[in-house]
Amino acid sequence: MKKLITSLLLSAAVLVAVPAALFAPSAVMASEGGVRLDRAPIEPTDVVSLQSGARTFANYCLNCHSASLMRWNRLTELGLNESQIMDNLIFDGSKVGDLMNVSMTKKDARKWFGAAPPDLSVIARARGADWLYSYLRGFYRDPARPTGWNNYVFENVGMPNPLWQLQGERVRVEHAVMKGGEAKEGHGGAAGTVKYEMVKPGSLTPVQYDETVRDLVNFLVYMGEPAATTRKQIGIFVLLFLLALWPLVYLLKREFWKDVH
Amino acid sequence: MAAAEKPPVTGTGSAALDGALTWVDQRFPLISTWKAHLAEYYAPKNFNFWYYFGGLAMLVLGIQIVTGIFLTMNYKPDANLAFASVEYIMREVPGGWFIRYMHSTGASAFFICVYLHMFRALLYGSHRKPRELIWIFGVLIYLLLMGEAFFGYLLPWGQMSYWGAQVIINLFSAIPFIGPDLSLWIRGDYVISDATLNRFFALHVIALPLALLGLVMAHLLALHEVGSNNPDGIEISKHKDAKGVPLDGIPFHPYYTVKDILGVVVFLIVFSIIVFFTPEMGGYFLEYNNFVPADPLKTPAHIAPVWYFTPYYSILRGVPPMFNSQFPGVVAMGVSVMVLFALPWLDRSPVKSIRYRGPYFKGALAAFVVVFLILGYLGTETITVWGQFGPWLDNADRATVVARICTVVYFLFFFLMPWYTKVDKTKPEPERVTH
Repeated sequence: MKKLITSLLLSAAVLVAVPAALFAPSAVMASEGGVRLDRAPIEPTDVVSLQSGARTFANYCLNCHSASLMRWNRLTELGLNESQIMDNLIFDGSKVGDLMNVSMTKKDARKWFGAAPPDLSVIARARGADWLYSYLRGFYRDPARPTGWNNYVFENVGMPNPLWQLQGERVRVEHAVMKGGEAKEGHGGAAGTVKYEMVKPGSLTPVQYDETVRDLVNFLVYMGEPAATTRKQIGIFVLLFLLALWPLVYLLKREFWKDVH
Repeated sequence: MAAAEKPPVTGTGSAALDGALTWVDQRFPLISTWKAHLAEYYAPKNFNFWYYFGGLAMLVLGIQIVTGIFLTMNYKPDANLAFASVEYIMREVPGGWFIRYMHSTGASAFFICVYLHMFRALLYGSHRKPRELIWIFGVLIYLLLMGEAFFGYLLPWGQMSYWGAQVIINLFSAIPFIGPDLSLWIRGDYVISDATLNRFFALHVIALPLALLGLVMAHLLALHEVGSNNPDGIEISKHKDAKGVPLDGIPFHPYYTVKDILGVVVFLIVFSIIVFFTPEMGGYFLEYNNFVPADPLKTPAHIAPVWYFTPYYSILRGVPPMFNSQFPGVVAMGVSVMVLFALPWLDRSPVKSIRYRGPYFKGALAAFVVVFLILGYLGTETITVWGQFGPWLDNADRATVVARICTVVYFLFFFLMPWYTKVDKTKPEPERVTH
């Protein structure tokens, strides 16, 4: 009987889930609220930006989020040597050959935030750079939330703003002129219904903060696929080889086929 | 045949090699096989672009087997380790990203080649007598390939792996009476779990590849028994010279081997562009959500199969539930694939090639291609992608209505085929092949 009920429940879940919605194959549209995302101005070959992103990541993200598929000493690819990594990025006594793990347990995390912070190793491949760039710049103060923070890219997210000292504190201001229901469109003043006003400036100016987030997202994208730059470089040589091979193969075919009429 | 009756092998330019080959040939049908399938297999001289894809599909099969072997050396079929082991391959195995991207791109490339290869058969009547069995072996290969792709897609153990498999396995639950037990039997558990992952791994790396190789062999043996069709859809064996060689035939080797190498290089250029520069192919070859580890407690907002299944998925989704059951949709999806087996007998035209067919068949085939592509596109999107019709149609989702119309056209292409191919106004076939 239990078997039957489980099967029925599963089928019911699927019968609801399947027609309800399909995965649209585009990371750009992956934002839950349908918010228009800002384009992340990242540059995967900019080593200085990647190093700066790695520093922000180690300082602000790696306390709660792990990157358990990434090894510390891989950052030597970004022009750092092992002692620089040890001295400037590793704070928990990990060895340079260790994976980027955190000491916070999932159980504690669930108690404190309601959900365990996801591992960030491949987050950029799942979410896309634009989503991360918008999300990390989308926090605002919301007293209704347990952490005191909300985010217009990811409504009611369990995560507080980790970069608040840098960004400062913003609040959401709804303008009475407009009707409700279209509030989410308001980012950047596009619809003019909602604005986010700075009530307590952070240590960085808004422009500096955008740059910091850009570097961080650049690093997250790098970490999502560390071999990506190498892959493209090798790809160019492979294509050049194949393009050079093609005329030779073509001439060979023509030579063999010249007696076929 | 007694070994002594065979003449010694000559002509390699080296006495030692001649001797070695003679030794082998007296114990193994080396020269006769070489001649029967390559050097003296006479293929029509007028093969065109469409004839590259059979060979390319075999090349992709080879790529999948070789890269698959290397992937299994580091992949762990364990629900706790699978996701991380794939990323381990991507990050820490030297060249691992290359092997993995070749395999993931190869899966899509396989379907592209097979779809074009099947379309070629429709164009030139390659499924018609005497090649019905080649076609049936081919459809079996296609079915196995779908199974192979489905089992393989669970292995990375991402969210789309997990929930995609959940959707497909639950289709079996919709079968009356035996459904729930059948899906339980497939999963090996009440939910998709480690047990499911392990058996899918076994099926993906051993069972189906073995069966695929056997069927490809049968496909080729049947082809070489009756000879290749050609773009004119006429039999070159009708006109032979004194030695029994078809006048319009040329030895497969060297003519088509050198020509196929040309196709291989062009294919590898396209393949490399994807592998090295856009391995996700905009989310079509590697879905973004599959970079999130499988979570049985968190259903993704959107679940879609990979692009090569989407036409059938659209058909499944388009058929409305009847008597509170999704079973009619499952049946429609099953029939939409199984009907391919009947194709050689549905087609009643006196000619094979589209070159000599009449407007009915040409129109029907064009409509079929269009609806197949529309169904494929809609299967990747949500049903609300095109918005809703007005109150005059109960605010129905436009995409659903279009998918239903396309589904009807899809089935009419097959079910009306005996009629429209028979009454169609055909042109006379030529005696000898043209270019």
